Amino acid sequence: MPDALTVRNLQKRYGSVDALKGVDLEVGEGELVGLLGPNGAGKSTLVKIAVGLVHPSRGEARIAGAPAGSRAARRELGYLAEMFRFPGWYTADEVLELHQRLAGSHGGEAERKRLLELVGLSDAAGRRVDGMSKGMQQRLGVAQSLVGEPRLLMLDEPTSALDPVGRRTVRLLLEELRGRGVSVLLNSHLLSEVELVCDRVVILLGGEVVTAGTPHELSRPRGVELETDEGTRRIDGATREDAPRLVAEAVAAGRKVYGVHVLTSTLEEVYLEAVGGETS
Amino acid sequence: MTSVWVIVGYGFREAVRRKMFAVVLVLTALFLVLFWLANHFVFRSLDTITPPSGVNVDTRTFAGAFLLGLAMFATLFLGVVLAVFLTMGAVSGDAERGLLQPLVARPIGRSSLLVARFLGAGGVCTVYVLAVYSAGMIITGLTGHWWPDRLLWPGVELAVGVLVVIALSLLGSVVLSATANGIAVFMLFGAGLVAGLLASIGHALNSHTIEHASTIASWALPFEALYQDGLRMITEHASGLTGFLLQLGPFGGGYVHGWGIRVWAVAYILVVGALALAAFRRRDL
Repeated sequence: MPDALTVRNLQKRYGSVDALKGVDLEVGEGELVGLLGPNGAGKSTLVKIAVGLVHPSRGEARIAGAPAGSRAARRELGYLAEMFRFPGWYTADEVLELHQRLAGSHGGEAERKRLLELVGLSDAAGRRVDGMSKGMQQRLGVAQSLVGEPRLLMLDEPTSALDPVGRRTVRLLLEELRGRGVSVLLNSHLLSEVELVCDRVVILLGGEVVTAGTPHELSRPRGVELETDEGTRRIDGATREDAPRLVAEAVAAGRKVYGVHVLTSTLEEVYLEAVGGETS
Repeated sequence: MTSVWVIVGYGFREAVRRKMFAVVLVLTALFLVLFWLANHFVFRSLDTITPPSGVNVDTRTFAGAFLLGLAMFATLFLGVVLAVFLTMGAVSGDAERGLLQPLVARPIGRSSLLVARFLGAGGVCTVYVLAVYSAGMIITGLTGHWWPDRLLWPGVELAVGVLVVIALSLLGSVVLSATANGIAVFMLFGAGLVAGLLASIGHALNSHTIEHASTIASWALPFEALYQDGLRMITEHASGLTGFLLQLGPFGGGYVHGWGIRVWAVAYILVVGALALAAFRRRDL
């Protein structure tokens, strides 16, 4: 079975600006991949090409083996745009019904009810979009992207307008989707969120992939912290392998050891290292 | 094909739920009331008007055709306003507002989406134009006991004229922002009306140059030619001085008329539509 998303040597040029300079990327079955990078790194362009909204200058993107933008490819994906809006005169239920019909979903009312419940909008099924807060519209957008049980979900900043509770709802939803084998490409600026849910992280800078790997692979050792009766001591440069020896040495020296913590870099540190402080 | 009808339904609902639609309906009601008043007073005073001796003018036909011509102009104008406001932002405007992306990401195809938008706006505008034209004709008929020589065709030609404007507006919406497109289409509409007036002036002055320029404009912007042909048909059987006076305008016409311009108008819609589809397929959203 082909990967949910395969991107090969993808290039996009807008006038004299190279938005993408030959990106390679895969999202496997049931994999949750985080796409990171500063503004203008090419993240949204990549997602839009995969969805079929933007035409690549060179290279190709395939959704479940089908060329991006083809009907076969679009049947397999759910998409939440970074900037989207639903007609204000539609109710939440009508928005989902419209997308069910466009996606060819036969889920009917049961699917709409389930999706609204998933994003915490059960009580807002009959509410018009123009009467919803931005956060509610964002959650409705997430529900819309799940219509028809897509194989690949492309989420462009899905939590940008959400409060902490809303973010947690989406995070739990993503974890549930991964459990059901749905592949997800998550484009987000919220590093903590990506670190918590993603299997793999890809960092783009200037239209190129500068770092990729699992959060564990990307993290670097930052030392070991030893908590004893003399207080907390940090041993820079020490790794996980050094921890037993450091504990043994402390005990041999007559110290009471209360705790030992292996320090690794956070995704934020990895990110800042990769992009070199670039913001846009 | 099912998805096309889903988008047509989406377009219908968008059309009737927008405030602009309510504004057009209010303006239309206001126009029809004023139009009835105009008919009432014109036909009431018609008996008191006596043409100079030796001048054989059918005053009832003249007044009825003039008033219905006025109603047809208003119908075309209001129909074009409705058409432009429904379609001027169909692509660029909706893309800027983020309304288009969730739809295009679905497996419906860009061509289906644009065709559906044309059918949706076209359906609303056709019903509107036929209804307003019919209302105008019935008001004139019942008030002044004058009916046009052709009842249905002038209304159909007005509706097709508005469909031409919708096609132009959809093409413009692919390449221009909503505001720029709205201005551009209204300018084209104004240019067409000026060309029609020029034709009347050219005919009155017997200036072949002006008539030639007007003819070219009629083929370039066939909605105007269709409107003129509709005007011609309401007094198709008028002859003599009455026919001549009506032809002097401003609500006479039909310098470019017949099946040629009708077939051309349909071909024009197809060509403009094909250009819009090609441009939309290539456009990044």
